[in-house]
Amino acid sequence: MKVELQQIDKHFGSVHANDHITMTIPAGTIQGILGENGAGKSTLMKILSGFIQADSGVIKLDGKKVVIHTPDQAIHHGIGMLHQDPLDFPPMRVVDNLVVGSPGGLVPNKKEAIAALKKLQERFGFQIDPDAYVETLTVGERQQLEILRLLWLGARVLILDEPTTGISASQRLKLFDTLRKLAADGMTVIFVSHKLEEVEVLCHRIAVFQRGRMVGEAKPPYVTTKLVEMMFGKAITLDERAPCATCDPVLKVEHLEVEDTRLHICDINLEVCRGEVIGLAGMEGSGQRMFLRTLAGLTRPVGGKVIVHDKTLTGKTYASFRKAGVTYVPASRLEEGLISGLSLTEHFILAREQKGFIINRDAAVKETEENIDQFFIRGKPETHVEALSGGNQQRALLALQRQDVDVLLIEHPTRGLDIESSIWIWSKLKARCQLGATIVFISSDLEELLHYSDRILVFFGGKVSEPLDAGTTTVDQLGQLIGGLGMKS
Amino acid sequence: MDNNILVGLAGVLAAAAPVVFAAIGETFTERAGIINLSVNGTILLSAMAGFATSLVTNNLILGFLVGAIIGALVALLVAFSSITLKQSQVAVGFVLTLMTRDLAYFLGNSFMGQAGPRIPPLNIPLLQDIPILGTLFFKQDIIVYTSFILIVVSQWWIFSTRQGLLLQGIGERPAAAFVRGANVNKLRYLYTMLGGALVGLAGPMFSLSVKAGWKGTISGLDGIGWIALAITIFGGWNPVRVALGAYLFALLQWLGLVLQPSLPNIPSQVLQVAPFPLMILTLLLVNIGNAEWVERWLAGMPAPLRRVVAKVLRAMRTSPPASLGVPFENE
Ligand SMILES: Nc1ncnc2c1ncn2[C@@H]1O[C@H](COP(=O)(O)OP(=O)(O)OP(=O)(O)O)[C@@H](O)[C@H]1O
Ligand SMILES: [Mg+2]
Repeated sequence: MKVELQQIDKHFGSVHANDHITMTIPAGTIQGILGENGAGKSTLMKILSGFIQADSGVIKLDGKKVVIHTPDQAIHHGIGMLHQDPLDFPPMRVVDNLVVGSPGGLVPNKKEAIAALKKLQERFGFQIDPDAYVETLTVGERQQLEILRLLWLGARVLILDEPTTGISASQRLKLFDTLRKLAADGMTVIFVSHKLEEVEVLCHRIAVFQRGRMVGEAKPPYVTTKLVEMMFGKAITLDERAPCATCDPVLKVEHLEVEDTRLHICDINLEVCRGEVIGLAGMEGSGQRMFLRTLAGLTRPVGGKVIVHDKTLTGKTYASFRKAGVTYVPASRLEEGLISGLSLTEHFILAREQKGFIINRDAAVKETEENIDQFFIRGKPETHVEALSGGNQQRALLALQRQDVDVLLIEHPTRGLDIESSIWIWSKLKARCQLGATIVFISSDLEELLHYSDRILVFFGGKVSEPLDAGTTTVDQLGQLIGGLGMKS
Repeated sequence: MDNNILVGLAGVLAAAAPVVFAAIGETFTERAGIINLSVNGTILLSAMAGFATSLVTNNLILGFLVGAIIGALVALLVAFSSITLKQSQVAVGFVLTLMTRDLAYFLGNSFMGQAGPRIPPLNIPLLQDIPILGTLFFKQDIIVYTSFILIVVSQWWIFSTRQGLLLQGIGERPAAAFVRGANVNKLRYLYTMLGGALVGLAGPMFSLSVKAGWKGTISGLDGIGWIALAITIFGGWNPVRVALGAYLFALLQWLGLVLQPSLPNIPSQVLQVAPFPLMILTLLLVNIGNAEWVERWLAGMPAPLRRVVAKVLRAMRTSPPASLGVPFENE
């Protein structure tokens, strides 16, 4: 289906999120959309899919003007959107998720739904058990389920907003295959991402957004440096990796044993040096998060020891770990890291432990302003955190961390960030390593793992690999280990 | 089985019927993501008003109708202030529960202690002759039969119908329900009022049957609404389990009465009040598995014991609809 957007305009208060955007996407095309954090990509996609409404502008499908007020109407017109995190119901079964909101009588025909699901799964080579609970699926599978659901409902335009954050490499390849198949069948696919290499291999054409405006379009063959320049108005390069010299152990893990309802991992041994960066790789839910939370004292191990600076802290609470210099930065920014409804200033007041009983607002505002400048946060001291774009939330979260930490535990430090922000965040993190901090982080981005870690631990099926030297490992090797190939049993 | 015990147990089923209504009503409301804390006051007010209406008009059905309408109207206030005005559901519910309670005592003064109409028993032919089951289930009144039907229908509605799945959705993740075409706030209004109407029916069920009459502050109804709220949690927002909770509570109350003569040393008040803290204790058992310190404590146990305890706790554990009490906006 041919999609035409004409003069789409949207304000959020004083923020001009979409500034008269006009673009045409022919049927059978995979359209890539690139742009820095806060450029207005998600806003435009939400307008097209009926989640929010434009202030003005026209949407045409196959040349006919349509009015879309709700996501429901959008799907009636054949437009389906996959949101940044899958909008599904974790405690419900897969079939129930499928039938919620589908048209039909009072009692849904689950057999029919299961049959339809099977047929679609065969076409794309997915394997999701219709009776499984959604919360037991990986992010990648939940995404597959959403795609199938939208196709089942008759979507002919599929919008994907940063679909590759949080899914494994093999799931990503499968996703790309699926999207190509769909495009070959005449569907229109809109693919929003920060990962240039993905957009380049997948998309038939690319539009670049900057500060609410569409600033350029590109067709293959793409020139990466040109795209980057279009996005940020300047060239950007990765800095060189600098391995650390001698080892002065800060964090030690001995015969650690962790367990939750699904997973049991025994005998993890690790010694992390001062200034070292350790990457934790693996498919979502392979235990790397549980391990990281154990290092922070948020989860108690069922066996073994965690030693920070020669002090055994096994079984102690997060407060004791914090006192020993450990800080934990969670992935779910709005659920665990930041507090919805509070402004940036209020966050700094909470994080910085002012002296005295009464809050010194002026000092807090001043400090917030300094941090906004220093961390390039696009927002004001009084901005509520939930109104920041994803990238800016991550910057704020980092700005809030204490400066005097020895061990920094981070989940997905750059998930959802544009390249400039990612590089910038890592430059900040690396600067801390220079000052002697140690970083352990989880990521599903292989490039990030290989580029920024000194050593990598791979988690697969309840097992943990020996630490790999990131300097001598290739993307392919790492991808295979994550998929369970070559993992010794 | 001893016939006395059988009749006593049948009485437990009957006494629990209003609590079943109230707790299942609250289950619908909370499944939609709204907490209606006014249950206690609503039951009192609708009990008084239902009784007064039936007394004056000599019409039982009108009494129930008035009860349901009061419940729905109070719920409408909760819905309006929390969904439309975005006020705190807890604060509004709390104020309403106090207000309706005082209103019930104040307006009910002139009907105090009067003898009024009450629901007649209705034995079901043939079925009542089945040994044991006949006495337990089929020599009751229409209210009790209706409560059985309510349990089955609401279980079916929530878990088997398209509408019920959507109901689960709006309480769990309203944004996801919204993209699936649900008018989240309209549905929340609807289910809050439906739930409120069911709570409102519990009032006349007391005053026209289970504890017939209106005796003001000594009606013995004050507190039941709070128990209904606790039972909703105990039941994990699942009508069948909720009903079991209601029966457990009624059973405890009955035991208090039966045991009283054989335990002369214990003041009668203790036995009367005991079911309330006991219900709270069961609640503790249900939810203790969610506590972080329990997890820590578990991790320190030897492996085989840990597995068993973890399994038991998991089986009992319930978790609320994820968006309970959270207002929904789609921007
Ligand atoms: N609900 C909202 N209320 C206020 N401002 C908003 C809201 N949603 C988005 N914005 C603002 O609009 C701008 C565009 O945001 P949008 O989410 O479209 O960016 P994006 O290109 O998707 O960025 P990212 O790559 O970080 O996801 C940002 O400045 C953001 O702060
Ligand atoms: Mg976005």
